[in-house]
Amino acid sequence: MKLTLWTCEGPPHVGAMRVATAMRGLHYVLHAPQGDTYADLLFTMIERRDHRPPVTYTTFQACDLGGDTATLFKTACQDAVTRFQPQALIVGASCTAELIQDNPGGLAESMNLGIPVIPLDLPSYQRKEGFGTDETVLQITRHLAKPTPKTQAITANLISPTALGFRHRDDIVELTRLLADMAIAINVTAPMGTTPSDIARLGAAHFNVLMYPEHAESAARWLESSFQQPYTKTVPIGVGATRDFLAEVSKITGLPARSNTSRLRLPWWTRSVDSTYLIGKRVFIFGDGTHVAAAARIARDEMGFAVAGLGCFNREMARGVRQLANDYGVAPLITDDYLDVEAALAPELILGTQMERHIGKRLGIPCAVISAPVHVQDFPARYSPQMGYEGANVIFDTWVHPLVIGLEEHLLHMFRDDFEFHDEAGASHHGAMHKPKESNAEAAPAAAVEVGSMPGETAPLIEETNVIWLSDAEHELRKIPFFARGKARQFAQDKGLTRISIETRYEAKAHYAR
Amino acid sequence: MGIQNIRCLPARRSSDTPAVGPHTVFALVQPFLGDTHAALTGRGAKHIPAAFPFGAEGTTLWLQAVASEFNVPAALFASGTAAPRARAEKAVAAASQTLSGKSIFFFPDSQLELPLARFLTRECGMTAIEVGTPFLHRDLLAPELALLAHGPTISEGQDVDKQLTRARAARADLTVCDLGLADPLEVEGLATKWAIELVFTPVHFYEQAGDLAALFAKPLRRRALLAPLAPHLAGRRLTLHRPRPFILVQISRGLGQSPRILGAGCQP
Repeated sequence: MKLTLWTCEGPPHVGAMRVATAMRGLHYVLHAPQGDTYADLLFTMIERRDHRPPVTYTTFQACDLGGDTATLFKTACQDAVTRFQPQALIVGASCTAELIQDNPGGLAESMNLGIPVIPLDLPSYQRKEGFGTDETVLQITRHLAKPTPKTQAITANLISPTALGFRHRDDIVELTRLLADMAIAINVTAPMGTTPSDIARLGAAHFNVLMYPEHAESAARWLESSFQQPYTKTVPIGVGATRDFLAEVSKITGLPARSNTSRLRLPWWTRSVDSTYLIGKRVFIFGDGTHVAAAARIARDEMGFAVAGLGCFNREMARGVRQLANDYGVAPLITDDYLDVEAALAPELILGTQMERHIGKRLGIPCAVISAPVHVQDFPARYSPQMGYEGANVIFDTWVHPLVIGLEEHLLHMFRDDFEFHDEAGASHHGAMHKPKESNAEAAPAAAVEVGSMPGETAPLIEETNVIWLSDAEHELRKIPFFARGKARQFAQDKGLTRISIETRYEAKAHYAR
Repeated sequence: MGIQNIRCLPARRSSDTPAVGPHTVFALVQPFLGDTHAALTGRGAKHIPAAFPFGAEGTTLWLQAVASEFNVPAALFASGTAAPRARAEKAVAAASQTLSGKSIFFFPDSQLELPLARFLTRECGMTAIEVGTPFLHRDLLAPELALLAHGPTISEGQDVDKQLTRARAARADLTVCDLGLADPLEVEGLATKWAIELVFTPVHFYEQAGDLAALFAKPLRRRALLAPLAPHLAGRRLTLHRPRPFILVQISRGLGQSPRILGAGCQP
C-alpha cells in the first residue's frame, strides 16, 4: 500500500462495505480504529444514499491497544445485532485492525448470535476494493445460498451490482427489460437491493447474468459448480455486445433472441453526417477491465474512433486487458497510479475514471467518464444506464458531449489566426477557458502582406534534444494536432534530418497521407 | 520563379488593399469570383485564364499560366514545382486507393463542383455521373470544361426535387450535397460529402491536394468502418449491373432559371 493523493481502489473492506450497503437485512461489523468511519461519506455524500451504510465500527483508540480489543469487538457485535436485528452478519477487520490479529470471524462465531455469521478474510495489504467485493459476494453466497428446485418458467439472477458502482442502479433496470423481451424473469438481483433470505433462493434461477465480472465472478463460478447454473460471459455494454449477449442468453436458454430495438439510436447517430468528425479521433481508454473492454469495442466499431491506448487499474483484469490491447495493436497500461496514466495521455478524447476527468480538465483534453471510481456527478438523477440499447444511446451522448461539434471544429480551424478563434482560445462550450488574443498581437508570419516575405529559415523557434524546428515550420505545425507533430519528428529522424523546415513538414504530411 | 510584387486580394488588413490598374495582371483561385473578375477587368487589369489550383494537375496548370505570363523559363518552372508536385501526387495517390473506381454525383452548392469533378476524375480515378453547379461562368470555367471528360451531365441552377430523383436513380458511391440533404440521403444508403466543408477547409495548391482528396475519401472509409453495426444502412446498391443514367440538360445562364431537361435514358 502506498500513500497517494488519489487511488482508483480503496482497501478491500471498502469492497465489503459496497456489498453490505447494497443489500438490506445484512449488517457488517468492522473491526476498525477511530477515523475509519470516513468511508460512510462515499455512500452518503457521493452516491447520495439517504441512510448510513449498515456498518458498525468498533472504533478502537490508541489507548485500547494495550487492553482487550477482542471484548470491544464482541460488544460491538452484540450491540449491532440488538440494535439493527439483521438477518445475517458479516464480520472483518480494516487495514489497521488486521495488524492486531483479533480474529473477528472466530470471535463472532463463538457468540451464538442466532443468525448466520459470515467471516471475511480480506488481506488489506495485498488486495484491494475489487477483491473485497468479489470475495464478500462469494462468502455471502456460499454461506446463505441453499439447494432449491428451479423455477418453472425460465428465470435468471442478476449477479454483481453493488453500491457505489458506475450506473449499476440503471443497468439492472435495462437488463430486466432486455430479458423480459425474451420472456425471462429475474429470480434474484444480488447484492443490490436484496436480503440474505433472497440469497438463499439464488439456486432457483436457470442461469446467472454476471454483470460486472470484477465484483462477482468467484460467486458465479461457485453457483455454476454448486447449482449447475451457467453464467453469461458477455457484458452487454454497446450495441454489438448487447446483440452478442442476447445470442448467448438464447444459447443458454434455448429461447429465441428477441429484442425491441425501436429505441436504439446509436447506429444512426454515429452514421449521420455530423458524426463524420468522430471518425479517427484518437481516444485513450482507462478504467476497470470490464468497462475498458466494452468501451474499446464501442469506440472502434460503433463510434469510429481510433483507440490510441488502453489500460486498467485492477490487477485482477490485467491479463484480459493485455490481450485486448494486443488485439487493438496498442501497448497496455496496467497501473493503479494516476500519475502513470497522466504521463500516457496525448489523445483527442479520454474515456476514463474520475481521475482521468481531473487530468483531462487540467490538460484541456476532453474526457468522458466510463468507469468507477466516479464522483457525485456520475450518480445522475435521470435514468442513465450503460448496458443494453438505452445504455448505447447514453454512451453516444456522454462521449460526444465533451467534443467540439463538427462545424465548430471547422470554424476553429479556419479562423485559427483570428483574434477570437486562435489556438489558445479553446472551444466555446468550455467558456471559462476562452481568452481573446491581444488585438495588437503580431500577425502570423504566413499572413504577411507580401507573399513570399515569410521569415527566413534561419531562426530556430523550438529546440528539442536532437531536432530544431524552424520558425515557418513551427507556424505550419500549429495547423496540425499535437500528436501528429511526433510524426514529423519521426519522419525527420528516419531521414537523418536535424532541422525541420516547412519542406520537411510537407514531406512528412505527404508521407502519412491516406 | 522570380516573379516579384505579388499581392493577395483581399488583403488581411483593409489598409493593405493593393492598388489595381491597367498594369495589374491577376489570376483567380476560386471559381465563384465572377463579379470580382468583372470589377478588376473594369479597372483595366488583365486576367490570366487558368484551371483552378485544385490537385497536383490543377495547381501545375494554374502556376504554368502565371509563369507563362511572366515568361518564366521552363527549366526554372520545372525545378521550382517538381518537389511539391511529387508530394501532392503522392498524397493524392494515397486517398485515391479509396476513391478509384467510385462514382460521384454533385448537387449544385459551392460553384467549386466543376474543378472538383475535374480533379476527382482525372487524378483520383473517379467517375462523375452528374456535376451540378448553381451558376456556371463559362469564361472563367472554360479551361475546366476543356479538361473535364465527356460523360457527366453538367447541370446549372437548382431544382432540388428533380436533382434528388436523378441522384436516387444514379445511386453514386458518393453524393456531394448541402447539409440539408445529407442525412436524408445517408439514411437511404447513399454516402454523402457536405459541400460546405469544401469551402471551409484549406484545399488549394500542392500541399493541400492530399487533404482535398482525403475529404472525399473520409465518408467512404467511415461507411466501411461502421457497416457491420448497421447493415441496413450500408446501401441498397445494385451490385451486378448498374445502368448509367444520362440526362441531357440545357445549360442556362442566370440564377433563377432551372435547367430544362431535354431527354433522359440509360446506358447499359
